[in-house]
Amino acid sequence: MSVAGAVERVEFAELGPSLRGLPAAAQPSGPLADRTRHPDRPTLSVLPALAPLLPGGMLRRGSTVMVTGSTALALALLAGPSQAGAWCAVVGVPTLGARAAVELGIRPERLALVPAPGASWSAAVAALFDGVDVVAVRPPGRVSGGEARRLMARARERGTTLVPLGPWEGADLRLAGSDPQWTGIADGVGRLHARRLQVRAEGRGSAARGRQTTIWLPAEGGGVAPADELTGPNLVAVPDSGVAS
Amino acid sequence: MTKEAVRTIVVWCADWPVTAAVLAGDAAEGAPVAVLSAGVVLACSAAARTDGVRRGLRRREAQSRCPDLVVLAHDPDAEARFFEPVVRTIEASCVGVEVVRPGLIAMAARGPARYYGGETAVLDHLARTIPVPCRIGIADGVFAATIAAQSSAEPGTRVPPGGSAEFLAPRPVDTLDRPELTVLLHRLGLTTLGSFAALSPRDVLDRFGPEGALAHRLARGLDARPLAARKPPPELTVSTVFDPPVDRVDTAAFAARALAARFHDLLTAHGLGCLRLAIVACTEDGQELTRCWRHDGALSAAAVADRVRWQLDSWLSTAGPTAGITQLRLAPDQVIDHAGQQLGLWGGTGDADDRADRALVRVQSLLGPDAVLTPVAAGGRGADDQVQLIPWGEPRQPDRDADQPWPGRIPAPSPATVLTAAAPAEMRDRDGVPVTVTGREAVSAPPARLTVRGGVSEVVAWAGPWPVDERWWDPATARRRARFQVVTADGVARLMSVAEGRWWVEAVYD
Repeated sequence: MSVAGAVERVEFAELGPSLRGLPAAAQPSGPLADRTRHPDRPTLSVLPALAPLLPGGMLRRGSTVMVTGSTALALALLAGPSQAGAWCAVVGVPTLGARAAVELGIRPERLALVPAPGASWSAAVAALFDGVDVVAVRPPGRVSGGEARRLMARARERGTTLVPLGPWEGADLRLAGSDPQWTGIADGVGRLHARRLQVRAEGRGSAARGRQTTIWLPAEGGGVAPADELTGPNLVAVPDSGVAS
Repeated sequence: MTKEAVRTIVVWCADWPVTAAVLAGDAAEGAPVAVLSAGVVLACSAAARTDGVRRGLRRREAQSRCPDLVVLAHDPDAEARFFEPVVRTIEASCVGVEVVRPGLIAMAARGPARYYGGETAVLDHLARTIPVPCRIGIADGVFAATIAAQSSAEPGTRVPPGGSAEFLAPRPVDTLDRPELTVLLHRLGLTTLGSFAALSPRDVLDRFGPEGALAHRLARGLDARPLAARKPPPELTVSTVFDPPVDRVDTAAFAARALAARFHDLLTAHGLGCLRLAIVACTEDGQELTRCWRHDGALSAAAVADRVRWQLDSWLSTAGPTAGITQLRLAPDQVIDHAGQQLGLWGGTGDADDRADRALVRVQSLLGPDAVLTPVAAGGRGADDQVQLIPWGEPRQPDRDADQPWPGRIPAPSPATVLTAAAPAEMRDRDGVPVTVTGREAVSAPPARLTVRGGVSEVVAWAGPWPVDERWWDPATARRRARFQVVTADGVARLMSVAEGRWWVEAVYD
């Protein structure tokens, strides 16, 4: 354990983000950056509204970021890298609303879906690590600690960010959406317009103390926006004038 | 004549995507037509050009300049298919025909020139026999011949032997069609091919790497092929056997993708890149069809797969083979040392795309071709945009005739979770009476309590009913159906439908 502690300290000193948050069990002995595909670009940019949740405001290549409580939150997390040219894949989510993914800003031409990988899900995920930058996965059942560690080690080696949608032992960062509040809809009038969502981030290393923010997901007119300044009347369910039926 | 550049004839069919669309019957001849790829104009007809439509314009801008514009989607498969007869016509009179891309053909000039009695005679002959509008260029090297064909409105342009460098010198470096490189060259003040060509080859290789060196050769009027190009040994050929023989394009194309990936991996393992690729298909009754494709840089795995698919599509749909294809072979006809190209100066997004494609193909070989899907935006009216899922690797063409997938008319935002099968639910009003919808689209009472899978929650907000467009439904099973959006006390919003008095959860806005 002392070895892992030493590594974490070194990395905080200057080594850069690609080394941060490695579990002791999978700590390789050699310099890790040499083995990743992107030693020069260790991070992926995210949508500005999500930046306050992530250490350094960026999504680190090779890290594991677990998302619970909201599918749209996971899609929003993928949207930033996708817009910056990264490839994304979503594994094991047959119910994924592809239209919502596109509305939130994911580029369809660089998004691959593997809706039903069945028992080979971890083989499929491992194969995707070879060429896809962000892989979101909803495993079909409970994932054993060993299997989770193996996949995380592989993701780290390949410089791919793993985004488990559901419980995942040992994730570097855990994002949880809660307390959704919708606007634009009331008793029989209007329609869903925008949603305020609280997002809490907890993790290890510099993310250990936890961060919390409120975002509009989706924001009025689509996309994602920070919501902290926009409290007040927007929170009240406001009927959409004219659309009332 | 310099030894390094072969006298080359290039046949260029201007605006081929438009010509192919006319041949396909998608547009009338002479009409203003624009073919769009990724939202920008890729090619347009002469009529459209008169109205100011240009390559690279966005759709709306093009339509505002030319209100009658017929806008078509880029369809590389159809373009290759309609090009095949043109290739065959030229093959009837010349040997060594190489397809650069649909619409552009290169061939060595020496043989035909000797046969027809001079290069001008070949020009005349080709101009007479080729059944579609085209322009012909003859020069030293493929690049110069292509520019010769494209630069003049004349049907034929001939650059005298040894004159390629001089012919190219005044043209802008953008002619090289290598945006990353030309941006750098502009910054260095090198705006013409001549000024770039004046640099020493060694300096160019030092500063710009192998890709830059290749472009430098082109600018000097030499062939793209470096001197190290060589005949590859036969063990670099890959092949696949079809049992039973295939006569369907999609089946063949899927096998072709795996074969292309294998071909590319094999060459990469040897540190080689392929400049000219021979695609050979053997049929059940012993026919052997061959076609050469060339490229002035190393072909990527995805580029190889595209060319194989186009070729198979052309052969199978224009009655090339008389029986099913039993064997498909990819042979590198000309290779270069490619190891240096991996360390590109510009990071190489093409590399990333290639790597992603190979990873996805691997997952397809693990789980089946239909296991990996990708969304394609269909239609094009902003908020009404539809999204369809198509198997990875198929042309990104939405099937417009297919039933529009759910959820069609629900305004954005769209639900992030769409249940594969609607879940039965119960909806009651404040008094515990089931809520129904009348034939006049009115609810019997405001919904108050929702039961889904045994869990009861209080409804805090709702909207609807919205009748579902009947034309989406099979007349035989047509039912009245209405949709609601329902928010419960826990903040969860659902898209629900009610049909024949029964409530269903169709999607969750989670």
